[in-house]
Parts: sequence; structure tokens; C-alpha cells
Amino acid sequence: MSDDIVLRTEDLTKHYGGVHALEGADFELKNGEHVAIMGDNGAGKSTFVRQITGVEQRTRGRIWLYGDEVNFAGPLDAREAGIETVFQTLALADDLDVPDNLFLGREMTKWNWLGPFRMLDYKGMRDATVAGLERTAVKIPNIRNTIRNMSGGQRQCVAIARTATFHSRLTIMDEPTAALGVQETAQVENIVRQLKEAGEPLILISHNMRQVMDLVDRIIVFRRGRIVANLDRNETDGQDVVAYITGAKTGTEYEGAA
Amino acid sequence: MADTSHGTGGLAFDKSKRAWPNEVNIFIALVLIVLIFEALGQMLPYMKGQSMLFDFNTGRDGTVLNMARIKIIILQVSIIGIIALGVTQVIITGGIDLSSGSIVGATAMISMSFAQTELVNGNPNPKAIFGPWAMDLPILVPIAVGLGCGLIAGSINGMLIAYTRIPPFIATLGMMVSARGVAKWWSRGNPISFPTDEYAAISNGNLLDGLTFGAFSESWIVTQVFDGQNPAIYFLLLAVLFHFIMKYTVYGKHTYAIGSNEDAARMSGINVAWQKVMVYAIAGMLAGFAAILLTSRNVTAQAGMGFVYELDAIAMAVIGGVSLAGGRGSIIGTVLGAMIFGVIISGFTYLKLDAFYQEMVKGGIIVAAVVLDQWRQRRAALKS
Repeated sequence: MSDDIVLRTEDLTKHYGGVHALEGADFELKNGEHVAIMGDNGAGKSTFVRQITGVEQRTRGRIWLYGDEVNFAGPLDAREAGIETVFQTLALADDLDVPDNLFLGREMTKWNWLGPFRMLDYKGMRDATVAGLERTAVKIPNIRNTIRNMSGGQRQCVAIARTATFHSRLTIMDEPTAALGVQETAQVENIVRQLKEAGEPLILISHNMRQVMDLVDRIIVFRRGRIVANLDRNETDGQDVVAYITGAKTGTEYEGAA
Repeated sequence: MADTSHGTGGLAFDKSKRAWPNEVNIFIALVLIVLIFEALGQMLPYMKGQSMLFDFNTGRDGTVLNMARIKIIILQVSIIGIIALGVTQVIITGGIDLSSGSIVGATAMISMSFAQTELVNGNPNPKAIFGPWAMDLPILVPIAVGLGCGLIAGSINGMLIAYTRIPPFIATLGMMVSARGVAKWWSRGNPISFPTDEYAAISNGNLLDGLTFGAFSESWIVTQVFDGQNPAIYFLLLAVLFHFIMKYTVYGKHTYAIGSNEDAARMSGINVAWQKVMVYAIAGMLAGFAAILLTSRNVTAQAGMGFVYELDAIAMAVIGGVSLAGGRGSIIGTVLGAMIFGVIISGFTYLKLDAFYQEMVKGGIIVAAVVLDQWRQRRAALKS
């Protein structure tokens, strides 16, 4: 398997009891590529992401990251392997500041022999945060401000800034602008463009057709737990995508899938 | 406006939103409450112009402060204050611990029965619980037993909450009832008395005896406040220790993270269940230590010891700005909260008001502190 395939899944399947939330998903993401995942509510988009990021354990199927087969026991494993996720529900702790949130669960520490009482390396984390923010061009005047005191767009920027701070190998964004206003959405989209310029691969889950058409190279459509289309952005349009989402059309290679 | 869409992030920083440390507000509240009592002392005719905390007439301690009263205030809050240090951590995770008072009761009985002395004035110990094998044990035994009891009770709380996912209120309510049962069952309700001299010295001895702190040794804070007041010294040391732990260690950061957003903490890979077990276990252990200090001070253990201490400890934390919603608060706040609590109780005695008024007002203060916290939260939510 070549190294320019960032992520590959084969027959990725998740059943919740009798509910087949995700069924036989085969997926590929090339290096530097930005791919959107679209689909109706309950189509399996978030389920798909949760299997990749180790938040849930898949029923069956295989996952390769940069050519190596991976089995993540939990989200931290996936993170350590370089998959950074911006969750639909912001995974930020409101009462902590920016570096604390960026390093939550993987703090820089000293005196590690103290076990759970090992010391936090605040200075190291602050420096790494500033460096990471510069890389994504996210401007935060006071990184020691708590998240509670920030607006929705600012929070989302902090969540995305994690990616840059940790030199992640794959970024996944689950509806990053669903709760944001126009200006804040523009800010987030700018960061996505920065990632594209930097050649960082990205999976974007979004309901926003304009945004998807603006930002990504390829669109994958999910319907009722299955992938039903794999569309090049330049060879499709909004109406076409909607047809796939609603079930009016199904990709030729996916005939009989749903 | 083009600027905002270009400057990715473009986060405006509003100086007025900068957090003014809440501890400053609590300290101001403490000063105000002292002033109110001083004013009442001057105004109420029967007080004859007495002052609560000041003593200008004699100056016998080399200060203008009424050291006798200040000492009592600090000593009064020290033992419950130690419990409040643990309760603070529990509340910061978004939980609550109703069992600490009962854990004090059970631990008091159990640790005391390993601290007894064989001969009292040449006669066998009339309150002996165990045979001669348990008499005059090294001091470390009852201490280890006491801390162990607290640790076990706290761990049970933590495991119930973390692994069965029942609300902390229910889990610790069960422990509150059961631990009190253990305290009564242990000696069938009889008090346990006559500890070894070493055990009695834990609280009644003088830790500072023979220690010198250079120029600091002669300062009034050492000679007047802490000399011969071991519980106050332990309270101070533990407060410093846990302040440090909560602020500068991974344990502290994860405790705040869980109370702040438990889902985020879980998604970040924090072992939320284990962290909760640790927090409740430490809270239990601190309650166990408080029981050791209490029994040592009183040189006896009774099944009713620590009754409603949990509510006093929660009150200290809440008055000190620890948010019942979790995620916010600090050890310094709780120490200040304990001082406010102590000043109010002592102030009522000073104004010669009966104990039942104290209780009525104490309830009111707890409710007022929570109302204030809710109000602060709403204001914070409106701002963002």
C-alpha cells in the first residue's frame, strides 16, 4: 500500500443492537486531499467518524492509516496516531484556558515519577500553543482567557487550533460551523483553507452545500448507513449532490447498496 | 469588516472580561463581615463597645488583636476545614459528598479502638474494645487505620459513582447512613476512650515545639496562632499541599476538566472514572484524618461524632466560591470560606446570641452563597 493514501477503510461496519448505523464503508483519503462527507441526519456520517477516531469500537472492518493497519482502543490512541478531531459538540472545558484545552488529556509534564500528581509544564504548553496558533494564523490575544469568556467562533477556532499544535496527520471536523454566525463561519473556513495550503489532509462533515463546494476536492455521500456516491467537486453541483443525499440517485459503483 | 474575515480567528480581547480572581471578592466579603460584627459591637447597647477581633486596652500579646478569639476561630474551623479541602475537590468535579460527617464518625470509632492504652491509673482500661494485643500499639497503627478507613469509604463512594453512574448525591447519601451505622455498631454505641499519650498528642501536643523558623519563629503568627494548635497547623499544611496539587498537577487539571465538561474530558482521553475514584478516595481520607484529629483532641470517640460536618464543609466550600455546577473554585477560596464560616459562628457567640439563632443563620448563609453562585453563572453566560 502506498504512503500517499492517508486513510483507508474496508468494510467498516457498526451495528447498535439491531440498528445498522454503518454498513460496509470503503473509503480512501489521499495526502493533502480535503474530502467532505454529506448525508441526511442519521445517514451514518458521525458513526463513520466515531469508528475511525476510536470513540466507539466497530462491529467489523479494517482501517489503515498511512499504510499501517490500526486498531484504536480509544480516542487518545487515535490522537497519538495523529488523528485530530473537532467534534460536533465542542470538546472544550469551559473553565480552562486555551493551552489547558489544547493539551487536555496529554499534558506536558515534569517529574513523571509522581504519577497522577506529576507536575504540569505550563510554560512548555504555553509556548507550544503560541507556536501552533501562529501556524494556523488563529489570533488569540490572551491565551490565558477561559473558554467561557469566548464567543462560539472563537471556541471553534481553539478547537481547530489543536490540529496545528500537534502536527496531526489527519484532521476530522464534524460540522464545525453548524452553530456559528456568518462571520464566525468565515473565520473557520479561512482556517480550513490554511490547512489546504499547508497540505494537511482533512475530512469535513457538513450540511452546508455552499461551504462544501467552496472548500473540498471530493464529496462522499452517505445514505442509510452506506456510502452511495463518491463525487469529484469539479464534476458535480449542488443539485446533483442533493439527489444522492435524498436517494433520487445512487452512484454507479454503489448500485444496490441502499 | 473585511479585516475580520481575513484575520482567521480574529479574536477580540475585551479587557473587562478578564477574570478578576474570585478569591479577592471572598476576602472582601470576609473583611465586610468582620466590620459588620465590629459595628454591631459598637452599636448594640448591651455590648458596651466591646470589639470582636481587636484588643486596644491591654495589648498583652504585643498586637492590637484579640488573639484569644482569633485562635478559637481558627481552631474551630480547622478540623471541618480539612474535610472541606476534600469536599472542594469533589464539588469541582461536579459531584457532592454527603458522607464526610458519617465517615468521621465511623473512622473515629475504629481508629480510636487501635489507639487505646492498657492501663489507666494502674487499672485495666475500662473502655477496652479489643484484648491486650491491641493496646499501646505504635502511634502509626491507629493513624494508618484511620486514614485507611477514610480511604476505603471514599473509594466505595467513588466507585459507585464512577462505575454504576448513580448520582453522587445518592451514592454518598447511602454512605452517610451506612457509615453512621458502622459507627454505632462498632462498640454497640459505647464511647471509646483512654488513648495513648502519643495519640492524644496528635492534636493536643505542640508540633512547633523545638522547631525554629529563623526570624519567623518569634513572629506573632507563629507564637500566637499556630503554637500549640496542631489542628490549625495540619489544616494550613494540607491547604498548601492541595492548593499546589489542584493548580500545578495533572490530577488537579483533570479534576477541573471533569467538572467543566465531563464529555470533553472523556473525549480527550482522560480516564474520568478513575479520576473520580481518586477524588472521592482523597476526600474520604481527609475525613478520616479529621476524625483522628477530633478523637485525639477530645481523647474519646463517640458514634455521634462528625454529625452534619458534611454540611458545614460544603458550606465552607460554597461560601468560598466553589461552584456547585463544578469546574470552578479553589482551595484558597475554601480556606477563606472556612474563615468566614468561623467568623460568623464566633461572631454570634460574641454578640451573645443563642446557638439556635446561629443555626438558622447558617442555613441562610449556605442558601445565599448558592444564590450568589447561580447569579454569577447567569451573568457569565450572558457575557459570552
